[in-house]
Amino acid sequence: MRIAVVGAGPAGVRAVQTLVAAGHRPAWLDEAPDGGGRIYQRPPAALNRDAKMLYGFEAKRATALHDTLDAMKPRTDWRPDTFVWHIRPGVKRLQTLHRGVQAVVDYDAVLLCTGAMDRVVPVPGWTLPGVTTMGAAQIALKTQGCGIGSRVAFLGSGPLLWLVAYQYARAGADVVAVLDTTSFATKARAAFGLLRGGATFAKGLYYIGWLRAHGIRIDEGVTPVAIEGAGSGVTGLDWRDARGRAQRVDCDAVGIGWGLRPEAQLADLAGIPFRFDAIQHNWVPERDLAGRTSVEGHYLAGDGAGIGGAEVAELAGARAALALLQDAGAAVDAAEAARLDRALTAAGRFRVALERASPYPAHLAAGLPDDTILCRCEGLRVGELRAAAAEEYPAGRAPEMNRAKAFTRTGMGRCQGRVCGAAAAEILAAALGVPVDAIGRLRGQPPVKPIPIVAPPAEAVP
Amino acid sequence: MTTSCDVLIVGGGGAGCSAALHMAQRGQRVILLERGLVGSQASGVNYGGVRQQGRNPAELPIARRSHALWMRMPELVGSDVEFSVTGHLKLARNDAEEAELIAYLDTAREHGLALRMVGRNSIHRDYPWLGPKVVAGSFAPEDGSANPRLLSSSLARVARLAGAEIREHTKVTGFAHDGRLFRLTAEDGTEFSAPVLLNMAGYWGGAVAAAFGEAVPIKPLSPNMAVTEPVPFFIEPNLGVVGGNVYLRQIPRGNIIIGGGHGESDVSGGRAWARPLPEVTLEMLGLAVALVPSLVGVQVIRSWTGIDGQMPDRIPVIGPSGTMPGLFHAFGFSGHGFQLGPGVGAIMTELVLDGHTDVPLAPFRIGRWRDAA
Ligand SMILES: Cc1cc2nc3c(=O)[nH]c(=O)nc-3n(C[C@H](O)[C@H](O)[C@H](O)COP(=O)(O)OP(=O)(O)OC[C@H]3O[C@@H](n4cnc5c(N)ncnc54)[C@H](O)[C@@H]3O)c2cc1C
Ligand SMILES: Cc1cc2nc3c(=O)[nH]c(=O)nc-3n(C[C@H](O)[C@H](O)[C@H](O)COP(=O)(O)OP(=O)(O)OC[C@H]3O[C@@H](n4cnc5c(N)ncnc54)[C@H](O)[C@@H]3O)c2cc1C
Repeated sequence: MRIAVVGAGPAGVRAVQTLVAAGHRPAWLDEAPDGGGRIYQRPPAALNRDAKMLYGFEAKRATALHDTLDAMKPRTDWRPDTFVWHIRPGVKRLQTLHRGVQAVVDYDAVLLCTGAMDRVVPVPGWTLPGVTTMGAAQIALKTQGCGIGSRVAFLGSGPLLWLVAYQYARAGADVVAVLDTTSFATKARAAFGLLRGGATFAKGLYYIGWLRAHGIRIDEGVTPVAIEGAGSGVTGLDWRDARGRAQRVDCDAVGIGWGLRPEAQLADLAGIPFRFDAIQHNWVPERDLAGRTSVEGHYLAGDGAGIGGAEVAELAGARAALALLQDAGAAVDAAEAARLDRALTAAGRFRVALERASPYPAHLAAGLPDDTILCRCEGLRVGELRAAAAEEYPAGRAPEMNRAKAFTRTGMGRCQGRVCGAAAAEILAAALGVPVDAIGRLRGQPPVKPIPIVAPPAEAVP
Repeated sequence: MTTSCDVLIVGGGGAGCSAALHMAQRGQRVILLERGLVGSQASGVNYGGVRQQGRNPAELPIARRSHALWMRMPELVGSDVEFSVTGHLKLARNDAEEAELIAYLDTAREHGLALRMVGRNSIHRDYPWLGPKVVAGSFAPEDGSANPRLLSSSLARVARLAGAEIREHTKVTGFAHDGRLFRLTAEDGTEFSAPVLLNMAGYWGGAVAAAFGEAVPIKPLSPNMAVTEPVPFFIEPNLGVVGGNVYLRQIPRGNIIIGGGHGESDVSGGRAWARPLPEVTLEMLGLAVALVPSLVGVQVIRSWTGIDGQMPDRIPVIGPSGTMPGLFHAFGFSGHGFQLGPGVGAIMTELVLDGHTDVPLAPFRIGRWRDAA
């Protein structure tokens, strides 16, 4: 049986390990130069540093995962630097690009472990040089050993806000403010559920405590006003505090992020149905606890199947591999499958509490001023999308997301709405006066991210 | 309950929406029934070529008629739907292709279509970004391109203002005639009746015709399309080639839209699923590079396709039914009906309300396969 695994993050590594243990030699593809995924992304060899320094509390998990990753490479058809830009579920074929060379990988069963990316809310000024997403700020630190600025403010909500601020401060950056758009009250309400998270919750508290102890300015329940800048970059950040008072810091860089969204484009192209997960506030591909989907031979695991975090990704990768083996008629360790199911169920409950403690600030997106840049690829402003909700719009009213895209070009640029899509949906839904899940989601098409046009091979030219 | 009117239209593509507008402008009580949103099939996802050059001579009178409407678009719908007269440059890559371009000059002249050869000496001088494979071209100064995402819905909006009823999310599943009136039933049970029915249902027009006992040999057609990231504007005309295996145009925003070859589709059981084929995308990108070598390195951000109805002779079915008085067809535009849509709506209105139209429709009659048999 030909098995393919896309992604070599925590989910992909544990999936492959399980498949190899059962005697398979899967094709294993990752667009990155090495495995590890996002959280355990490795620096280029020349920049390598101590694991403890790179991954902090997660150093042991990172080392364990990297060891497995390296052990699995010779036992699989390992293809790093290989971008899967299309999947054809009917003929079961992946279309890949490796250093400018196109190829296909045929499979009988595929496991998609494609991970997640940062989720943002536009803020006036967010396209200034010096503004990056929280995850990108972290990757700069982790893999390049450099920060996004020397006086850095962080704005957003969720676990990454505190973690990245902590990592920057530890690395010697001047962290001038950590601004959480979630109110203290919201977090307090979710606290009981968060206790289930044990270590994860404790780590979060540790970061917050450390930042406070080091006198770093923290403000909760904030409303962003604007990132200020002069021609060459960021000069400051303005917000209103929970009591509505204007606040400001000088800074030369801002990291923003409001949780994550699944990188689920391959699942979409595979024809797997999606549903709106109200708690995560994301469209997620439908799958069962084990990662099975309604499309035969297609399995999902990790953050690409709905945000669960790195530990869940490891469990889910192993579980989905077992499901795949089970469906192929192999005898699998039922006790192990049951153990993974229990762990995944428990982790799912913690996740709900975590999401409740840092909900996507839909109201901030919906309330953005008309002149804020919304779709940065196309340079479109919020008002241009809002206008398409009106009857008088020249092409008629856009009752759903794809139509609004067709009329206004929102989400039609290089990122195909991966960056602005979540906020755009809130803006359109609010302007139409309907719930956000009633306006659908942007349709996917290949390639899942841009691919370059290459010169055809000389002999092919007639 | 049955809603009755003067004219029922099935299908809200460019042709159907234009017909609704023209019918309403002439005081008809018209209801257009569209399965999804107007312009959600071929009319909304096509390449956007508004081209007369290279058409089957039989189509040229319709194309001329449509051209006049495209030129009046702002007046008609209140916006230009990004229609721009960029000219259409059809390229030859060898002697045989060049000979074909020259042969078409006569056809164009007969129909009053402006066309000018760009010979071997001037082609690379006038268009220095063309690759060495190109040997000549013919330039149609009146042709251009438009934004397909805007046409149907813009027409529908003004049709509504003129009094037409446009019912979206209304899939017609029951087609009947009670001896006096057409009776259509939508999926949700709603009923509509009228003495006149226009079948403008694109590929699915074949099924509508079959429901009235005149099945035609129609097939789904899915031209393969891709678009690049925006790059500085340099390709002014809409580009095609003899044989049509690749075509491309650049919009002022900078994106380059490239078409060529065919994707796949699934129209079984009422589905309307279509996808570009990756190997076809890659092949057409290679052909595009042969025309415009500086495309190398530009990023492709999306590929897509849609579903049009293709007839064996690659021209549509237009005209009265051969079996059912009051039924009129206009479907099966075989991959080049975007330019024709506005004109077809006007022509159908004349045909129904005046009993005739100046445009010769004989080549498009639905009975042509039966005649042949
Ligand atoms: C920027 C960022 C920073 C993060 N930092 C932290 C953190 O510090 N702590 C924490 O607990 N969590 C963090 N997370 C969340 C954490 O990364 C995830 O929970 C975890 O990595 C999920 O594991 P995964 O295997 O599902 O996905 P990932 O680790 O994201 O792995 C997915 C892999 O799939 C590959 N891939 C995706 N699409 C394709 C394709 N089309 N073709 C080929 N390969 C593909 C990617 O290159 C990647 O290697 C971060 C997330 C992001 C996005
Ligand atoms: C990818 C692509 C590229 C193209 N490029 C060009 C180009 O550059 N230039 C050009 O001139 N032409 C081009 N064409 C062709 C052109 O788009 C079509 O010929 C034209 O749009 C057809 O218009 P239509 O109104 O007949 O059909 P459609 O636009 O398909 O409209 C028919 C409508 O009928 C509806 N319908 C069907 N059955 C039912 C039912 N039972 N009940 C209710 N509603 C129903 C459908 O939902 C659909 O909206 C292209 C086509 C495609 C697919």
